[in-house]
Amino acid sequence: MKKLLFIAAIVSSVAAYSQSDKYMNAMKQSLSLFDSAKNAADLENAAASFQRIGDAEKTQWLPYYWEGLVLATEGWKYYPDPKGVTEIKVSDLSGTMTALAGRINAALDKADAIATDDSAKSEILTIRNMAATQQMLVDPQSRYMTFGAQANEDLQKAMQLNPNNPRAYYLQGMGIFGTPEQFGGGKEKAKPIFQKAVDLGSAEQQKPLYPHWGLDMSKAMLAACQ
Amino acid sequence: MKKFLLAATIFFTNHVIAQTKITGHIKDNKGKPIAGVSITLKDTYDGAVSDSLGNYNFSTTEKGSHVISMTNINYDDYEVPVTLDNTPLTINATLKEKFNELKAVTVTAGSFEAGDNKRAATVLNSIDIATTAGSNADITAALKTLPGAQQVGNSEGLFVRGGTGEETKQFIDGTLVNNPYFTSVPDIATRGRFSPFLFKGTVFSTGGYSALYGQALSSAVILESIDMPERSSATAGISPIVATGGLQELSKNKKFSWGADYSYVNLVAYFNIVKQTPDYFKMPQFHSGDANFRIKTNGGIIKYYTTFDYNNLGLRRPDIDSMIYKDAFSIINHNWYNNLSWRQSLNNGWRMNLGMSYSTNRDNITQQIQDSSNQPKTFNYQPWVSKNFHLKSRQDLTQIKEVFEKKLGGLSAIRFGGEYWYGYNPSTYINTDSNFVNSLKDNYAALFAESDVYVTNELALKLGARYEYSSIIKKANIAPRISAAYKVGEGAQISAAYGVFYEKPLVNELIYSTQLGYTKATHYIINYQRNTNDRIFRVEAFYKKYADLVKTFPTYNNDGTGYAKGVELFLRDKKTFKNIDYWISYSYLDTKRDFQNYPAELEPNFAAKHTASLVVKKFVTKWKAGFNATYSFATGRPYYDFLYNYPDNKYSIADKGRTPNYNSMGFSAEYVPSIGKQNAKTFIVLFASVNNVLGQKQIYGYNYSYDGMNKQPILPTATRFYFIGCFLSWGIDRSQDAINNNL
Repeated sequence: MKKLLFIAAIVSSVAAYSQSDKYMNAMKQSLSLFDSAKNAADLENAAASFQRIGDAEKTQWLPYYWEGLVLATEGWKYYPDPKGVTEIKVSDLSGTMTALAGRINAALDKADAIATDDSAKSEILTIRNMAATQQMLVDPQSRYMTFGAQANEDLQKAMQLNPNNPRAYYLQGMGIFGTPEQFGGGKEKAKPIFQKAVDLGSAEQQKPLYPHWGLDMSKAMLAACQ
Repeated sequence: MKKFLLAATIFFTNHVIAQTKITGHIKDNKGKPIAGVSITLKDTYDGAVSDSLGNYNFSTTEKGSHVISMTNINYDDYEVPVTLDNTPLTINATLKEKFNELKAVTVTAGSFEAGDNKRAATVLNSIDIATTAGSNADITAALKTLPGAQQVGNSEGLFVRGGTGEETKQFIDGTLVNNPYFTSVPDIATRGRFSPFLFKGTVFSTGGYSALYGQALSSAVILESIDMPERSSATAGISPIVATGGLQELSKNKKFSWGADYSYVNLVAYFNIVKQTPDYFKMPQFHSGDANFRIKTNGGIIKYYTTFDYNNLGLRRPDIDSMIYKDAFSIINHNWYNNLSWRQSLNNGWRMNLGMSYSTNRDNITQQIQDSSNQPKTFNYQPWVSKNFHLKSRQDLTQIKEVFEKKLGGLSAIRFGGEYWYGYNPSTYINTDSNFVNSLKDNYAALFAESDVYVTNELALKLGARYEYSSIIKKANIAPRISAAYKVGEGAQISAAYGVFYEKPLVNELIYSTQLGYTKATHYIINYQRNTNDRIFRVEAFYKKYADLVKTFPTYNNDGTGYAKGVELFLRDKKTFKNIDYWISYSYLDTKRDFQNYPAELEPNFAAKHTASLVVKKFVTKWKAGFNATYSFATGRPYYDFLYNYPDNKYSIADKGRTPNYNSMGFSAEYVPSIGKQNAKTFIVLFASVNNVLGQKQIYGYNYSYDGMNKQPILPTATRFYFIGCFLSWGIDRSQDAINNNL
């Protein structure tokens, strides 16, 4: 009997372990899909994979957070990179970005409904900032007052909820770096912000599956500011 | 124990190995493969995304009854129940395309849309208007750089596709603006009363517009006012011509705002420096005030806007019928305009738009013949008997308009409603030998209905009709309007429009006879538009048939006729040249009409055959300054002297000709020193502009003496117009406007 109970305990603990292990493994697999994504189709695959995990789990905010980030990563590919190369060219940028931002925000809405702590909500807002920025960039002249203001508000809230979120500072730095000096941007102004992002990023404790990106990019940007 | 563990391991391993393979192909209604469809075995982690050939495959260890769902933002969701038992499954699907506002076509025939609605079809926004050289922030002047509009410099209004200025109407938040321009002065174009910064959206329709709008034979300028301001602010402006000040308050919860502005224009100093041809004995002075409030409701907004204008001017010019006398014209004008609108979402996809407006315009005009020492002279014989007069006139218009809208499946919608106008136009005209007192009252009512029918994302139809009745002429009409758009490729579409448009005779015609009917125009328009990021190209051809135009001779009747046809091109490009935004318009117009006292169908004196504009804007970041230039060209317009001859009792052409070609180059620049000073409390814009920089001679037409022996060109009051000004604002960082120009 003892033996049997012991075995039953092992079996059930294996089953229990395997459930959270299954989630962990699926997330890790999806993260590696994201890491190795080379084009929009790969990113769509990764995003769909995160979405399936989120829909199946129903109580995890991270899958939806990552889905949002993967789609936002796709969004940047419609704009020129620092070398001036645009990976994906479309004739209707406005419609494309509106649709993509709709998907990003839908994923983030689900994440936000599940997430309870401020630091999670802060992470979610950084992705909302990207979606708003990408929509603003379609036509900055006429959209600054709406989407530009939205992007800024998202970032301010993200910093309020977690003043130690290095990614919020990285995004703020990118905005200032990309603005011409005459308009209050430029390297000099961006530098201390990237420094802060690097400091916060270096001090950050990495939790499995939690966002930890941005440190290398902040370091590279800091170097570019020198 | 060992055995058991082994069994368990085998069990688990089997469990892992025993997979069901699911493959399939996804296509749309037309059989084209769809990439990017997310296929999910519901409530599991398993699934895939279809590739560029529409194929997918994945494996699952799940067993039993499940549901496979297929989702993509552009298609309706699709679900299939499956039973999983290790047998490979093939699940193919045909997905139905969703109606998508972003992808669907819109009818563009006839209209230019401006503003930031999420579509890329935006043509001009308020900053574009303010920075169009030559416009001096006048909406009408900026719209004249678009195809379809004539370069008429001696009369206010938009002369569109062979139509008169009166055939274009302006609407603010749905209701008609009765006096959109400052009261006209003979041979001088006046400005519009409304600043472009009041509006978030502008539609300039050069024909074929919606059944929601009526009483405009040729064109409609549809203006949508801004909703809530971004934040509280104060503004001030100073220039040798004008001083302005304003306040805008936004409540903390952003649900209520109010504001007021005042401006004073005085041209004494300017006219002393820049000599004008007419002798201004009363220097033009304008006092303008406006006020507004806005309230956000649950799912809607209520907006109120009012302006009050007072202006006063007097000018003297040589009288054309004599060598010694002068014509002295003076005007005192009061104008009060009120607009209240309520836009509200209701339940079940219903929306309503309620608009109310009241405006009163009062003109006090004196025309006098004066001798060389500027003393009044009276005569009791022609031609001078009618040149001494006093006119007091008033135009009141009260309106209410209600539009209901219901969204149907997909993007289709129906809209219907009605409007009622009460027009009251009393006037007193006194000259040497007569005295006319008139009081015209009109009750005008209209009912309209319109539906947007989306057959697919590629094909849309708009069907509408409008019924109108006017009590003053005791006549009704029904005007059908149909338009369609078909998408021919990525960002490219063809639109067509047909419509019948009616307009009541003008007040100054109704004074002589109310036994008149509606004037009528029928529009046929076909348009091709290609819209890619930062570049818009369009070409449009039209035919317009006029009927029942008002003839003023031998009696007032509706025997006038006419037509207009032409082709127009437009290209706006922000892409080809770095940091340069430019647009080019070209219009070809072939038009003739017989109206007023024309003896036959003739090319009207306000229509040029070829008109073209080039507008260029460049912002230089390094200098924090923007530079704008506009070049407008039009071929000469015809002019006539219609002389009445007694024996035949008819008008004949005593003289005719064509003016020289019209050329004008405008230049403007703005300097924005506080750009980028993030914490700057005061934001400064310095602005300077010159119209007709090159001093090209512009002849708008000719005036003839009574006997036809003396002919004088109609010229601008000065060759060039200069403006400099400094504008300040506190609270709102307007630098963003300038930054955005440059990004």
